[in-house]
Amino acid sequence: MQPNPYLPYPVRIDDIIVETEDKNLKTFKFAFIDPADEEKFAYHPGQFAELSIAGRGEIPIGIASSPTEKGFVKFTVNKVGLVSSALHNMKVGDVMGIRGPLGNWYPWERLEGKNVVIIGGGFAFTTLRSSIIYMLANRERFGDIHVIYGARTPGMLLYRDELAAWEARDDIHMHITVDGTNDPNWKYNVGFVPTITDQKAPEADENTYAIVCGPPIMIKFTQPVLDARGYGHDNIIMSLENRMKCGIGMCSHCNVGQYFVCKDGPVFTLAQLNGMPKEY
Amino acid sequence: MTYILIDKSQWAGGLAAAEKAYRLFGPVQQGAMSNFAPLAPGQTPDLDGLNTRMSARSVVYPQSEILFEYSLDPQDPEANVLRETPPPPKPAAAVGIRPCDAYSFLLVRRNFDAPDVKDVYWLRNYEATTFIGLACDQPGGTCFCTSAGCGPYSEQGLDVLLKDTGEAYLAKVITAKGTAFMAAAGWSTDAPADSEAQFDRGKEAAEAKIVSTVETDRLAEIPQMALYDADFWDEIAFSCINCGTCTYLCPTCWCFDIQDEVHGKHGIRERNWDSCMFPLFTLHGSGHNPRGQKVQRVRQRFMHKLKYYVDKYGNGIQCVGCGRCIQYCPVNIDIRKVCQLMNRFGQDASCKVA
Repeated sequence: MQPNPYLPYPVRIDDIIVETEDKNLKTFKFAFIDPADEEKFAYHPGQFAELSIAGRGEIPIGIASSPTEKGFVKFTVNKVGLVSSALHNMKVGDVMGIRGPLGNWYPWERLEGKNVVIIGGGFAFTTLRSSIIYMLANRERFGDIHVIYGARTPGMLLYRDELAAWEARDDIHMHITVDGTNDPNWKYNVGFVPTITDQKAPEADENTYAIVCGPPIMIKFTQPVLDARGYGHDNIIMSLENRMKCGIGMCSHCNVGQYFVCKDGPVFTLAQLNGMPKEY
Repeated sequence: MTYILIDKSQWAGGLAAAEKAYRLFGPVQQGAMSNFAPLAPGQTPDLDGLNTRMSARSVVYPQSEILFEYSLDPQDPEANVLRETPPPPKPAAAVGIRPCDAYSFLLVRRNFDAPDVKDVYWLRNYEATTFIGLACDQPGGTCFCTSAGCGPYSEQGLDVLLKDTGEAYLAKVITAKGTAFMAAAGWSTDAPADSEAQFDRGKEAAEAKIVSTVETDRLAEIPQMALYDADFWDEIAFSCINCGTCTYLCPTCWCFDIQDEVHGKHGIRERNWDSCMFPLFTLHGSGHNPRGQKVQRVRQRFMHKLKYYVDKYGNGIQCVGCGRCIQYCPVNIDIRKVCQLMNRFGQDASCKVA
C-alpha cells in the first residue's frame, strides 16, 4: 500500500506570534497530534510544506524552524489570500494539517566547510532563519557566516529577538538593514539589500556561497551586484516560489521548463536558472 | 495470442454479464456531443462514431475527483481531520476506447507514477481499469497517430483490441486482464484461423489512410531555450482566445487544481482538471504572474508537449495524434504546424504558421 502523498499530518496550533508592525505576518508553531508523525516529517532547511485547513485548502509555505529544534515546526505566513487569511483567524489549540516536507533544500553537504552569505529580504526570510539556526547549531561545519537581511522598516523585520541575539555573537556577521526609518535609535544599516550587499558581502572565491531569497525586485538588483563582486553562478543559490497545488510534481502548476519548482526545487543555483525560462 | 469471435448478437448480452463485475465506460451521445462516459445499466456503447469529443481520460482521471472527506462539526472528535475516500467498489472497463486514447495513459503515467512519488488516486484507477480497444478502420482527417508513436491498430495500453468485421467483432486478447474481461462477458467462440491475417490486413489498410503527420525528429536536439526564444510564438498565439478547449479535450493533458468544498458541516477536498491556458493557473498571491501574457501560456502548452516532455523523459512527444485539438480549436490553431515550426527551427526560415 502506497502512502497517500496528499494526506496531511494532523497538527495542533501551539503558539501564534505576530511578527510585524502591520500585523500581516504571523508565526505559527505546530505540534503533531501523533508524536510519531514528527519523525516522519524529518526535514532539511530550505524545504517547504503545504499547510492544510479543512474547508479552505492548502498553501505552500517554507519551513521556518530548523530540524535542530525539536518538538514543533514553525511557519511564518503572510496574509494574502483565502487560506492564509483563514489561518490568521485561527486560535491556539485549533486542529489543522501539514503535508510534507516537500521539495529540495539548500545544498548542505556542498556547503560544508564553506563560507556562507545569506541574503534575504522581507518575509522571504523564513527558510533563511531555519538555515541560520541550523548552521549555528552545527557551527564547526561551516566557515564564515554573513547575513544580509533587509525589510522596509524596523517593524517589518521578522524574528527581531533572534536578530538581536545573533548580532551579539561573534561567530556570525549580521548586516541588518531597512529601506528607511525615522527611528533616531536605529543602530543598523539603512539602504536596500543590493546596496548593503555591495558594501558588506565578503570577497567572492570558490569557497564562498551566497543563498539568496527575497522578492523578485530584490533578486533582480542583487544578482548584478553579486556578479560584479565575482560570485560564480554555481555559487549563487536561490529559492523560488510559484503558485502550487499538489507540491509533489503532479499538478504542473509550478512547472518551469522541464522542472517543477515544488519537486525539483524550490532551490536552484543561478547556473541552473540561467538555462530555464524565467517563469517564476 | 488468443483471438475470439464476438457475434454482434452476443454483444449486448456479454456487456450485461460483464456489468456485474465491472463499471463500464464507453462512447455515448450526450446531446449534440459524443463523450466517453459511464454506461447506464443495459446501455451499449456507441461504436459507430470515430473518436469521442472528450477523450477517455476521465475513466482513470475524472474531471472532478474527491480526494478526502472531513467533518467540520466541533462536536466531532475527528473534526478537521481528512479521511481518504475509498476506491470505487468495482473495477472499470473502457469499452470501445480508441488506440490513441489507450496509449495516452502510458504517456500520462510517467507523470503520475514517478519513481519517488506516486499519485495513489490515478494509479488505483488505472490499475483497476481494463481497456477494450476498437481499431480505427476509418481514421479521421485530423488523425496523425502513426507519426506520434501510436496507430489505428496500436495495442499499446490495451488489454483487448477489437476489429469490427460487420456482423461480428474480432477480439485480439492481449493481456490477462483482457482474458478476465472476455470470461466475465462470456465471450469464448474461437475466431477463424485467419484472424491474425485479418488484423494485419486491417492495420495496413488503416495506416495507409492516415496521411497527415507531425515531424518530431529534431525536437530533442534543438536547445530548449532557443526554441523558447523562437520568433514564431507571437504569430502562433495571435489568434488564440485562451478558451482552454484544447487542454480539456486532450487525452495527454494532466494539469489539475485542488479545491475544498463545504456543505454544512461536511467538507470535501477534490481535484479538478485545470488548464495552463488560464492566467489564474500561475497567478501568485502577490499579484505577480509568471505567465500573465497569452503568448506565454500558448508557448507553455506547446513547449510542454513537444519539448519539455521530450527532454524530461527522452521518449517522444506528449501527444498521441488524436487530432481533437485541431478539430475543435475555434481559431484553427494546428499542433501539426506548430510542431513543424519547432522541428524546423533554425533550418527553414520561410516556414510560416498559416
